[in-house]
Amino acid sequence: MRSGRVNLREVHKAYGSFRALDGVSLDIKAGEFLTLLGPSGSGKTTLLNVIAGFERPDLGSLLVDDVEFITRPPHKRDLGMVFQNYALFPHMDVFSNVAYPLKLRKVDKPSIRRRVMDALEIVHMQHLADRRITALSGGQRQRVALARAFVFEPRLLLMDEPLSALDKNLREHMQIELKRLHKQLGMTTIYVTHDQQEALTMSDRIAVLDKGRIVQLDVPATVYDRPNCKFVAGFMGETRFLPVERRDQSYVLDGRPLRLADTRAVSSTGETWLMVRPERLRWQGDASSDNRIEGRVLDVVYRGDCNQVSVSLPGGHEVAIRHSGAERQPLPQPGDTLALWLPAEASLVIGSAAP
Amino acid sequence: MLNTPATSTQVTHGQRLWLYATVALVMAFLVIPCILVIPMSFSDSQYLEFPPRSLSLRWYEAFFTSTEWIQSAVVSLKVAGLTTVLATVLGMLASYGLYKATSVFTPITRGLLMLPMMIPLIFVAIGVFFVYARFGLNNTITGLVLAHTTLAIPFVMIAVGNGLKSFDPNLERAARSLGASPVTAFLTVTLPQIRISVFSGMLFAFVTSFDEVVVSLFVSSGANSTLTKRMFANIRDQVDPTVAAISSMLVALSIVVLIAAQFVKRKDA
Amino acid sequence: MTLAMDEAPGMPLNRAMLKSARRRERRILSGLALPALVLVACILLIPFAWLAWLSLFDAAGNLSAQNYARLLRPAYVGSFLTTFKVAGLVTALCVVFGYPVAYLLSQLSARAAQILLVFVILPFWTSVLVRTYAWLVLLQRNGVINDWLLSMGVIGEPLALVHNLTGTIIGMVHVMLPFLILPLYASMKAIDPVLLRAAANCGASPSQAFRQVFLPLSMPGLASGIALTFVLCLGFYLTPALLGGGRVAMWSTQIADAVSKFSNWGAASALSVALLVVTAVVLWGVRRLTDALSFSAGKP
Repeated sequence: MRSGRVNLREVHKAYGSFRALDGVSLDIKAGEFLTLLGPSGSGKTTLLNVIAGFERPDLGSLLVDDVEFITRPPHKRDLGMVFQNYALFPHMDVFSNVAYPLKLRKVDKPSIRRRVMDALEIVHMQHLADRRITALSGGQRQRVALARAFVFEPRLLLMDEPLSALDKNLREHMQIELKRLHKQLGMTTIYVTHDQQEALTMSDRIAVLDKGRIVQLDVPATVYDRPNCKFVAGFMGETRFLPVERRDQSYVLDGRPLRLADTRAVSSTGETWLMVRPERLRWQGDASSDNRIEGRVLDVVYRGDCNQVSVSLPGGHEVAIRHSGAERQPLPQPGDTLALWLPAEASLVIGSAAP
Repeated sequence: MLNTPATSTQVTHGQRLWLYATVALVMAFLVIPCILVIPMSFSDSQYLEFPPRSLSLRWYEAFFTSTEWIQSAVVSLKVAGLTTVLATVLGMLASYGLYKATSVFTPITRGLLMLPMMIPLIFVAIGVFFVYARFGLNNTITGLVLAHTTLAIPFVMIAVGNGLKSFDPNLERAARSLGASPVTAFLTVTLPQIRISVFSGMLFAFVTSFDEVVVSLFVSSGANSTLTKRMFANIRDQVDPTVAAISSMLVALSIVVLIAAQFVKRKDA
Repeated sequence: MTLAMDEAPGMPLNRAMLKSARRRERRILSGLALPALVLVACILLIPFAWLAWLSLFDAAGNLSAQNYARLLRPAYVGSFLTTFKVAGLVTALCVVFGYPVAYLLSQLSARAAQILLVFVILPFWTSVLVRTYAWLVLLQRNGVINDWLLSMGVIGEPLALVHNLTGTIIGMVHVMLPFLILPLYASMKAIDPVLLRAAANCGASPSQAFRQVFLPLSMPGLASGIALTFVLCLGFYLTPALLGGGRVAMWSTQIADAVSKFSNWGAASALSVALLVVTAVVLWGVRRLTDALSFSAGKP
């Protein structure tokens, strides 16, 4: 069996009265790319630091390959970590940075040389081995930090928002490259980010955190298309919510019953909303299978690849739809009344808490 | 030039001439006494004049041929050297411990360790003199080193603390995650990163001890008199030009130290 | 880590284990400060406690307030007054001379400030003893200053510039100036120049901008500089002892004399305790004042 399984049980960590982690349990499979996604203050970085050993929880268990790690000091955990600001040692050159973990493990000189150069080759940095860290660009530093984290073949690779300091183009490029690298190395990877796009692009599974708890844990498509509560739905994508009434087994929007493909995500009590995302709305529809939403055009904003049309609905609510020019429909003007359609399979009713 | 704006609120240099004049005067007041001793120390006469009427090295000769002066200079160097080592080690350990710890006692511990900097030296002097008398530590190198180390610890802590403040704690975490024990991580990553601060702390410790007068007045005498104690007695009792020679050498030393410090800073940046 | 824990992982959720690990870590970290603390205790705290205890007894060993009553004698009261007069005067002169210097330094480019700072730091690094000696040589009856003034015909006969209050104050201002300038400069450096531009943009003249924006923002730095200077002056020994020539009786010289001339430990300890109390009160008062003067904009 491959190593690198992680089992967290009931991890609690409080700072005074603030609960940074409020009973987190999580099972991570060997070789998996798992992302901890959440807004700042949600506890994702604290959780990563608990796994790395930099934070001591108040309570809880952390098993790595069935061995209790919770009080084990960081240097005996055998895990590689990439930090947000890379944390490369400025007083060493690229080679020495990557060689550092191997030297600590008393690897013999020729092997160090070979393994460091191999690692640098994987991240395309072998030609810069004797550069000073200060002479590297952000993307290059990123690669060196990565090489340093996996050169000693740790069981786990931890990454704390490693791409947040890079500009947009480089970030997107590095996302693909990290994903490829994960496939190549096969190490269990735990990745922290607040960027939902990044999480969706890279992960095998995503754990969404809010207020120190994991609110949803699933594959990216499910987390995006079938969020289990209003928080997750609002965090992923450009989501608007329309309040719906509950009547027996069905839901009613503006007096019309909603056509839904599945209602599993709704808890039995509390308020309920219809989740509406711009890319799921249609300009044309069929009254027998789609939900009709009527409103008045508020404004039209040009966004390059499309125009975003904001539509105000009765009751002060607002939805948006994209007009790319490919649809057989003229671009509406502010003030126009508009009928939009949400297909049943794209219609999801959610509650404020996970069911 | 005088009409170009000097600040972001468009005050011209001309309108600020009075400011430049005041500052120039204050700077002259600050520096001239330190510098003027040097030419005067080469005077040939018993009375120090500026400019000296005839030049000679007789006061330097008087210093280097006097066993007493040389003996006390050796004592001072020995005490300052030992103080530097001890204060740097103790101050660095304390500073690092307080940097890492998050206890309710941290502020009070820091306050206690900063105390020697704030308490009047005369008080430290008589207190130490009083207690040393009970333990036979008066007029010993050990006694001087212990007292000077106490005085120097706050300076080391401030210097090292500043270094740690600008040190990225993730570097140490990175080292730990890569397999370094706490001690190894400190020695291979933290210490190299704060070395400039540690060095300036050492410098402060050395100067604190070497220049210290008041405590030395009370707890050193005879063969273990420090240079400053002997100078003090000399200045109070007669104006001996030998002291001018020593002072000049000390001023020259501080200029060298200052230049070295600037050089290190620039090289680091 | 026990074997039992590995076999039955997470059952009691490791509460005890985590607690003891945390305690161990805290012990190690506080242990790092211990050697320094022990030293400070032995060199500073124990002597202080001992002297404070001693001050409560008279020469015969009976508990009495005699030592403190003695502080009210004219000679001691006079030295208190001298001490406060000198400390106040020196501090005031330091503010008058130091504020413009710190202000100009804070307005200059980093490079120019670096060069001018050398003029402040050089005296700072030079031994107080050496500087005091230099002033003695400059100010004495047949010293350089009197020579020049005589030869220029400004004065008819040498001025008494040393072995009196004048010399003490000149020497002390020289010693204390860097202590005022350096913290003041640091705090002025932290004032965002954009604020002055904003004031000008609102229609303030340069002097209004200085008075209404810069001056108030520099107050906390000035207050702590003043506190440092004043407190250092209160207990300062070296310069009064040498440039005062025995004629300027300050608190510190009284303490030294009580010990070295009269071996009167009762008097010395009472004086020391009083000096420490005054020092602490001044520091505490200024801390309160600085807190009141600080604006959230001036803090990081």
